[in-house]
Amino acid sequence: MAENPIEPIHQFQISNYFTFGTIGGNAETEGVAIAFTNSALFMVLTVVSISSFLIFSTRGRGLVPGRLQLVSEMLYEFVANMVRTSAGSEGMKFFPLVFSLFTFILVANLYGMFPYFFTVTSHVVVTAGLALTVFITVIVYGFWRNGFRFLRLFVPSGIPWYVMWLVVPIEFISFLSRPVSHSLRLFGNMLAGHIVLKVFGGMIVGLGSLGLLGVLGAVAPLAMAVALTGLEFLVAGLQAFVFAVLTCVYINDAIHPGH
Amino acid sequence: MEADAAKLIGAGIACIGMGGAGVGVGVIFGNYLAGALRNPAAAASQFGNLIFGFAVTEALGIFSLVIAFLLLYAV
Repeated sequence: MAENPIEPIHQFQISNYFTFGTIGGNAETEGVAIAFTNSALFMVLTVVSISSFLIFSTRGRGLVPGRLQLVSEMLYEFVANMVRTSAGSEGMKFFPLVFSLFTFILVANLYGMFPYFFTVTSHVVVTAGLALTVFITVIVYGFWRNGFRFLRLFVPSGIPWYVMWLVVPIEFISFLSRPVSHSLRLFGNMLAGHIVLKVFGGMIVGLGSLGLLGVLGAVAPLAMAVALTGLEFLVAGLQAFVFAVLTCVYINDAIHPGH
Repeated sequence: MEADAAKLIGAGIACIGMGGAGVGVGVIFGNYLAGALRNPAAAASQFGNLIFGFAVTEALGIFSLVIAFLLLYAV
């Protein structure tokens, strides 16, 4: 399968640009290389783009905003509204976290849409890192703010005691599965979307090599690839939004643990 | 049966799970649309709930997709 020139998985290959050294490893096995990879390059690119855009656009701080400042303000207001409606005004303490997550995922997803660019969020190690950040924040802040009343999260109010023994384990398991679904959702969407795009791209090449009839037939997958590219832009924005909304919902649980 | 063939069959079977997620997402958007047409004034305020329900439902479809990929490339 690796010999196939139009293999759709190849785009997710991590390559080392320069290696700082290796950890572990012995005579038989190679250690894990600590390297600056293409994934790291695009993460740096994402962060630098966001930071420089926000710093540059809010440099003037005009009372009447210019075009770029307006974009920054709309972005701020959009995320701030999301935090206020999902987590209450107390949740604004976590606005920097939600804003960073939203902009990072959005820009990383959109960079992934460029041909030959690496999609950072299509690797589960990245999305799991982001999701675990949220998960640990919720646990630490929940216990810090509410003490052991945070455990009321697992005991919904207004249910009779004889179904409690069933509901509490279910709530507990659903709480533990949050980081799994939180990270896999973003990862799966980006991975599947990009694979589908490449599969249709491979169909165009495959049909086109069959001669005139094949070229005529290749019009259909080409149209499909164009339509899917549009859909992928929608998914890129939607998944960033969904990740941020779920972060707000989880933080709301840490602030108000009673159901 | 060859192990490779079993892997491919397993990946295909795992994708059946996506059908359930498709039904779920359809129910969510269909009901939202029905509610929004009855009471358009309240539709905008429920958009967040719509996306939340969509995301939670869609995650289950993504799980079956991940199982399919695990079978194809990681087993």
